[in-house]
Amino acid sequence: MAERGTHAFAAGEPRGTRPRRALSGRNIMIYGALGVMALYYLLPLYVMIVTSLKGMPEIRLGNIFAPPVEITFQPWVKAWSEACTGLNCDGLSRGFWNSVRITVPSVVLSIIIASVNGYALANWRFKGANAFFTILIFGAFIPYQVMLYPLVILLREMGIYGTLWGLVMVHTIFGMPILTLLFRNYFSAIPEELFKAARVDGAGFWGIYFRIMLPMSLPIFVVALILQITGIWNDFLFGVVYTKPDLYPMTVQLNNIVNSVQGVKEYNVNMAATLLTGLVPLAVYFVSGKLFVRGIAAGAVKG
Amino acid sequence: MSQARRPSRLFKNISAKLASLPMVLTALVVFLGGTLWTVLYSFTDSKLLPRLRFVGLDQYERLWATERWLVSIQNLAIYGLLSLVFSFVIGFLLAALLDQKIRFESAFRTIFLYPFALSFIVTGLVWQWILNPDFGVQQIVRDLGWTSFTFDPLYDADIVIYGVLFAGLWQGTGLIMCLMLAGLRGIDEDIWKAARVDGIPMWKTYLFIVIPMMRPVFITTLVIVMSGIVRVYDLVVAQTGGGPGIASEVPAKYVYEFMFRAQNLGQGFAASTMMLLSVAIVLIPWAYFEFGGKKHG
Repeated sequence: MAERGTHAFAAGEPRGTRPRRALSGRNIMIYGALGVMALYYLLPLYVMIVTSLKGMPEIRLGNIFAPPVEITFQPWVKAWSEACTGLNCDGLSRGFWNSVRITVPSVVLSIIIASVNGYALANWRFKGANAFFTILIFGAFIPYQVMLYPLVILLREMGIYGTLWGLVMVHTIFGMPILTLLFRNYFSAIPEELFKAARVDGAGFWGIYFRIMLPMSLPIFVVALILQITGIWNDFLFGVVYTKPDLYPMTVQLNNIVNSVQGVKEYNVNMAATLLTGLVPLAVYFVSGKLFVRGIAAGAVKG
Repeated sequence: MSQARRPSRLFKNISAKLASLPMVLTALVVFLGGTLWTVLYSFTDSKLLPRLRFVGLDQYERLWATERWLVSIQNLAIYGLLSLVFSFVIGFLLAALLDQKIRFESAFRTIFLYPFALSFIVTGLVWQWILNPDFGVQQIVRDLGWTSFTFDPLYDADIVIYGVLFAGLWQGTGLIMCLMLAGLRGIDEDIWKAARVDGIPMWKTYLFIVIPMMRPVFITTLVIVMSGIVRVYDLVVAQTGGGPGIASEVPAKYVYEFMFRAQNLGQGFAASTMMLLSVAIVLIPWAYFEFGGKKHG
């Protein structure tokens, strides 16, 4: 009965879809569910920040969700410059700079190589190229553990096992499948007429790459950059296997600091150290926004 | 003439071939060669150094008789199955919610996805702290008055793997949400309109029309998630260290310990070959459907 009433009333109004009411039951459900989930996702970040700003006495007395009564930055200072791993007590800063020294050449090298690979695959297909590419893509799914030891032997033979460049090479190798795929797909989408025109004008392999492809493909380079910076910064396994302790990247050192069995546990320092390690990829994530999503979406359509 | 042509074919495209050398070498030497090498040496009794003295399936027999490996496999099965189910369900629900033309969509998406930018080490350490029985969730519930409340997954061998699962889901569901959202956005608006005209309720449209249409997205996501699950390593190392005891060991950790700590290479090779096998079981049917057989779409 009530329904008919509203219909009769609505008939007198202008046609078209009715503007949605902001507080319909449906909306409350949707926003409620999203809000609860958002809380679950934000909670760990909140706990990290709050814990890292408290003194140890306050942590022992209070609970992890309570905001700090007295804000102190001491844990951050300690995590950065005094926290101990084994006998070394020079803090996470060492790991940070190691990670920088590892990440920068790895990112640059892997992107250069993969972009040229992708370009060759897209525009200069030679016989058998696709077979290699297929192996490469399948390689992306092989558990790293299978290739760990053969790579140790390979690096040892080359004399770079345990060095920075050894690790850079490993990152370049394991970044290759996804990056090559990324670049190949991007270059394939560039109109072929452009390529042909350049060929007619006498440009060769490198000429076309540098003069035509590179200037046109800034977005995909940014996507690759985001993908590689976060991926390499967050790596743990390769850092542990292919470097020596004084070259350990930040993630490895962080784990050693927090999970060391000696001494009193300083949870505030631990959380400050954890946040410090997460800061670089988080910064990349928040700055890059939509491009990050594009990067992982591109990473997702492997194969 | 034919003799003159042959070298020219080899040198045709020479720049492209040279430029592809890193890819060719990586594919052949590292991916193909390395894999075959490991499989081959898994049949030897290599200890500290690899050596070619074949012992048949001894390493595998020992592997499957080792308590630690069995626990690892069991953990991987539980973790894998549950994280698959939950991450798909949660990821899809979040994507469906975000697809309702809501406000602040990008804010919500940013929140759900940011853990994915963090490393497993960071993830593991944060959740280790939140699940700390003296200060974390358990203590908070006790402080609220329920003093007998126990929730200490990281110190209880029976449920420790669920503690790891919590952290893993927190880190990974954002990615799945993103993929699902992309899939949902790819569905033609007309299909929704047609369903609405026919008076089909929304949940039915999702269940019987939209989800079957998203099959390719589901399959790709499945492959990505599963190959990630098999690799799970850093998360366990950071969050539990495999403990208490050996209760949260996983295969990837087993391989690492035997190769680089226990100096028992043969065991490590055999274990990693088993990991490869488990990936192959997933990958080969997928590759068959995707590339071989009948093509659809």
